[in-house]
Amino acid sequence: MISLAVDDLSYFGRDPWWLVVVKAVFCFAFAMLTVLFSIVWERKVVAWMQLRIGPNRHGPWGMLQSLADGIKLMLKEDVVVKGADKFVYVLAPVVAAIPAFMSFAVVPFGPADNEISVFGHRTPMQLTDLPVGVLYILATASVGIYGIVLAGWSSGSTYPLLGGLRSTAQMISYEIAMGISFAAVFLYSHSMSTSQIVATQQHTWYVLLLPVSFLVYMVAMVGETNRAPFDLPEAEGELVGGFNTEYSSIKFAMFMLAEYVNMVTVSAVATTLFLGGWRAPWPISTFWAGANHGWWPLLWFTVKIQLLLFVFIWLRGTLPRMRYDQFMKLGWKVLIPVSMVWLMLVASVRALRNENYDFQRVLLYVGGGVLAVLLISLAADVFRDRAAKKAEGAGQAGQEGPGDRFDPMAGGFPVPPKPGQTLPPVPRRRSRAPEAAEHQLVGKDGDDA
Amino acid sequence: MNAYAPILVLGGLGAGFAIFSVVMASLTGPKRYNRAKLDAYECGIEPTPQPAGGGRFPIKYYLTAMLFIVFDIEIVFLYPWAVTFDALGLFGLVEMLLFVLTVFVAYAYVWRRGGLEWD
Repeated sequence: MISLAVDDLSYFGRDPWWLVVVKAVFCFAFAMLTVLFSIVWERKVVAWMQLRIGPNRHGPWGMLQSLADGIKLMLKEDVVVKGADKFVYVLAPVVAAIPAFMSFAVVPFGPADNEISVFGHRTPMQLTDLPVGVLYILATASVGIYGIVLAGWSSGSTYPLLGGLRSTAQMISYEIAMGISFAAVFLYSHSMSTSQIVATQQHTWYVLLLPVSFLVYMVAMVGETNRAPFDLPEAEGELVGGFNTEYSSIKFAMFMLAEYVNMVTVSAVATTLFLGGWRAPWPISTFWAGANHGWWPLLWFTVKIQLLLFVFIWLRGTLPRMRYDQFMKLGWKVLIPVSMVWLMLVASVRALRNENYDFQRVLLYVGGGVLAVLLISLAADVFRDRAAKKAEGAGQAGQEGPGDRFDPMAGGFPVPPKPGQTLPPVPRRRSRAPEAAEHQLVGKDGDDA
Repeated sequence: MNAYAPILVLGGLGAGFAIFSVVMASLTGPKRYNRAKLDAYECGIEPTPQPAGGGRFPIKYYLTAMLFIVFDIEIVFLYPWAVTFDALGLFGLVEMLLFVLTVFVAYAYVWRRGGLEWD
């Protein structure tokens, strides 16, 4: 039996208090500056994608735009709506913002072995690390959901309530797929501590070993941060502004800030878990030995985060918003089974390899099994399609059944026709004869208009 | 310092920033009373009165929450298993395959009964 790997976290928890404060301020400032930059950058990039210019008034190249926005919001009236639960209403933006910053505590910006020195004191380039680092990130992200839920509930208004509910359902649905995709990483790293996970990616990044997990995580992280194309909790076309409809002034800014900090956080997690963390990308690390030492890792880390943030912006500029039922279907019926089956595949291959089975043959068997399952499901689909077509044909041949008649007020609400149903002819206004009554569109007892 | 203490420092920093901003904004902003401004926003019409006790939600949200708990607990079991996977060997693999299979029976049942359909 192989002995349990003990995490080497001896470098952490040894800093003097002033150094902890300096590093905490650094983490806070890093998150803040990245957010300030990425808001302007997003507006710029989306503008370019739509052949516009974008913000260009404040500061060089419009770079101080988000600072100007922040100051403007600060000077706006702080409205507390009449129906609101005052205490929770004021608390919600604070609850949303704090956990967003807190996740940065375990993000590794550089090597963990006391490489850099701050005022003559050697220290790891990471605020702290825990044996359960990734679990901690998941936990703080979940607390952030409370901010949104409480904001929706406490506003005492219809649209925010719907937005808050949607947001909860959305985030918990995608958290499952996200969690399962992390498990595959832990299989390889033997650890949940972030510094350890980066350390085990010295030779191969996990994005190459676990491409499916990475893809699932990429989709889930867009869903988790309520970003386009999954920005259903704040869908302007349906819910005005979603959970933040009733918020104004800096409280609104807090929600925006939390959303963007969360974007930075999930990008940092993706970088740490799949993209080699602070390690220099492949061609650079081959010819430059110093690339992974000193302060340089901070550069690679920032570049990777910015690339992932660009993906967020790119998605927003490219894809239209999804429908809610399609979105839930994607989460529950695609992402969860795919990530679960992938995790079990990875685990099986790894276990058989540990037991010294012939890897080629294992791969053959597993690949064959997957192919067989795919073929069976394809065949099942074809047969189901045929059966459905036959049923449809039979339905058309034998006139529409009594259930196919269109009832415009089904269930007491005005509804559009379902697929296969046709609208009744529009009742034209004829003479004011007494038989006009039978031309009414609404036939509750089902009589033919 | 303890390895967990820096988290509190960063949390305190975030909390200080958030609370400071919210308090400052209530001091710096103008205050002009207007009855319509304090109404809940509903596209300009008179706001719908909020039902007592919060009203009723579609059952779908409860169902999603229940399913989430099932899978989240599954994940809680998966994490320690994944971390110590190499030490557990084939035994661990078989045990976890059986466990996942058990959960997937429930999953398949929910799927067939339409519990995952949103409409």
